[in-house]
Amino acid sequence: MGKRQSYEGVAITAPVSVPYQRYSIETAHWWIAGALRGSLQAAGLRLADVDGFSVASFTLFPDTAVGLTQHLGLCPRWLDNIPMGGASGVIALRRAARAVQAGDADIVACVAGDTNHIDSFRNLLSSFSRFAQDASYPYGFGGPNANFALLTDRYMHEYGATREDFGRICVAQRANALRNPNAVMKTSLTLEQYLRARPIADPIALFDCVMPCAGSECFLVMSVEEAERRDLPYAVIGGTIERHNAHAEDPVQLRGGWTLDVEELYAMADCTPDDIDLLQTYDDYPVISMMQIEDLGFCEKGDGPDFVRSRDLTISGDFPHNTSGGQLSAGQAGAAGGFIGLVEALRQVLGTAGGTQVADATTAMVSGFGMINYDRGVCTSAAILKAGSTA
Amino acid sequence: MSTPLSPPPKKDPQKRTQSPLRPPEARSRAALGLTAAAAEGRFALQVCEDCGTVQYPPRDVCGHCLSTGLEWQDISPAGTLLAETSIRTSINLYFRERTPWRMGSVKLEAGPVVLCHLHGDCARGEAVTLLNRLDASGQGVLLAVPTNRTSNMEDDPQMRALSADPKHRRILITDLRNPNTPALVTSLLEAGASTVFVGEAESWRPHANRDLLSGLDGVSVLPLDVTDTASVQRLAGEIGGKTDILVNNARFLRPGGVLARSDTTFAREEMETNYLGLMRLAQAFGPGMCARTNDGVNSAVAWVNVLSVFALSNAPDFGCFSATNAAAYSLCQSLRGEFRSSGLRVMTVFTGPDDDDWTQPVPPPKVTSKALAKAVVKGLQQGLEDVWCGDVAMEIRERWRRDPKVLERELTQGGEGA
Repeated sequence: MGKRQSYEGVAITAPVSVPYQRYSIETAHWWIAGALRGSLQAAGLRLADVDGFSVASFTLFPDTAVGLTQHLGLCPRWLDNIPMGGASGVIALRRAARAVQAGDADIVACVAGDTNHIDSFRNLLSSFSRFAQDASYPYGFGGPNANFALLTDRYMHEYGATREDFGRICVAQRANALRNPNAVMKTSLTLEQYLRARPIADPIALFDCVMPCAGSECFLVMSVEEAERRDLPYAVIGGTIERHNAHAEDPVQLRGGWTLDVEELYAMADCTPDDIDLLQTYDDYPVISMMQIEDLGFCEKGDGPDFVRSRDLTISGDFPHNTSGGQLSAGQAGAAGGFIGLVEALRQVLGTAGGTQVADATTAMVSGFGMINYDRGVCTSAAILKAGSTA
Repeated sequence: MSTPLSPPPKKDPQKRTQSPLRPPEARSRAALGLTAAAAEGRFALQVCEDCGTVQYPPRDVCGHCLSTGLEWQDISPAGTLLAETSIRTSINLYFRERTPWRMGSVKLEAGPVVLCHLHGDCARGEAVTLLNRLDASGQGVLLAVPTNRTSNMEDDPQMRALSADPKHRRILITDLRNPNTPALVTSLLEAGASTVFVGEAESWRPHANRDLLSGLDGVSVLPLDVTDTASVQRLAGEIGGKTDILVNNARFLRPGGVLARSDTTFAREEMETNYLGLMRLAQAFGPGMCARTNDGVNSAVAWVNVLSVFALSNAPDFGCFSATNAAAYSLCQSLRGEFRSSGLRVMTVFTGPDDDDWTQPVPPPKVTSKALAKAVVKGLQQGLEDVWCGDVAMEIRERWRRDPKVLERELTQGGEGA
């Protein structure tokens, strides 16, 4: 395998999160347009300046990125549609970065958004994937809750994790969310409340589950020269990885594709886990966050429970994690759930995270996980972002 | 052990009968291989003809070598339970009404990991056996059960939902005069049926079966002539609301093909009973049964039609009779489609020649009444769709599957000259 080229010269800027709503009568188009407009305004750009466009959404049907160009009045010379759910943010970024490096596009807008009507979650599940339709949903139709219940059951049995361990992750994220005015969850959560919550699919209970909602997220990718010429604060990419259908031989998913590529990720970014100021994991369920903490090298496999017992995962703690509250407390806005960590990480290294700002954050790691095609998440991704100029 | 199922309380007519609900039905074409195997109670998975990989979920190509040569083969159902959960909330109404619903993931000795329904007596880490059963949507699904039998295991709610078990159910057998009726009645009662209604045509004519059955506990002989619409409707008005399983064994049988007869008299009588009789019964009993498929322990669950295996390919010695059975089989397929949305099952039982007076000239092997009754009960307990009873039926099935044209030629071969 050849050495990857670096992402030198690529800037990320103009992070925007459109405040989420539990239910919305608007469409995915409306939400995506709102986030795009936000990023353009933040960067002082016109629509015509965007010559690359990347979109991730589950509820655009019957449209794709193509339909959006006409709907939104874009004329890009580079277009991408990323159907990778929770892994889509990092993957949008790494593709856009290569397009900019190659000169295929000068300014790429990466946007994700979904609406959430009453019943749209059920409709989404019903047509999610062929394997799920054939071999997963006929068995109780528990949706992802059931899949992750099995995975959590196995993880607890294998590594001695307890519900308290997962609770620590959720409780810390709720504390973080209370500092994020746009988080859907507005009340505090104690470990006792977490443990007493209504069971959903044993051992998973209410606070292990995300709240489906409507929302959108956007950022812009361009060259460092372009960002500096426009006087925009930007971050740079230390490295990125993606991997699909890794460890297919594992009978139950206890590790993800990150394990295959994480060493290369740190090597590209020329840093170690100790240099990471904050981590944004994909937190559809806390067991997945724990798995990422292990697989991204912050501790050994199986030491996740000990890790969360001994570290403080809040914004001001010794291991700031999912600083905006993550999906567990800020809400899961469909494919925007694949962007929430990246956009927040970008704000953190730009120093514009407001109430959730981690002091002196210059290096952030963000990781993605997506698409329960049958019994496990198929897509994984991760990126290390570093502060660029502070124009 | 499973909690033994109690006989249901008397139905409160003031209360609403719960609407029929069913689990998700949609499947890819490849996945229907599982359904086809479940229809006759086999545990089969896709096997690659080139590399031998056993795979699941079903695919269009081998996930190991990309070969398109995939065959559904019977596979060892042994495995180990890796992980389990009880689903307590579901956005599907069928499951929502039935929570908590257990499911798990099982590592098969044959290789693949499957997600499956989970019998209450299975525990993580233990050996389990997988069954492939039809669910209320008529689709094949996998259920893990303990490898060693546990007490009352068929009473487990998830296992029972994947069956048409006669236990605590009320059953109508349509033809008292059929020689197989006494054995059917006995076997169904032994399997726990609470009541067996037996329809009797022309009750002014004495019949030995009447003397055998009318005194039995739990048996009730009632007038029913399937060739008479008014009679069928009258009985449906009386017991249609408490018929949980209907076993249609009404049959009119005379030997001979077209040229053995000089007119259509017998053919009309055969059609009246074997084909139109089924239609009359379905029109009178079908809608009521479809409305009661979610009615608790003694919900309506199955329609059973006994057919000659020569419904598949004509046997000219009984040519006209075979033709009416072909028509009845086709009508059963229509009923499957029409009943599907309610979850009411249609089980077709294909038999070879039995020991009826009219089949006396046919050489053995013959299907005994006891064998037929056993096949019907087992088919209901396993929720089967197609049951093949006896050596002749099984042989015809195999030959028909191998090459329908070759079978037709062999069945219709003449002697020397005309």
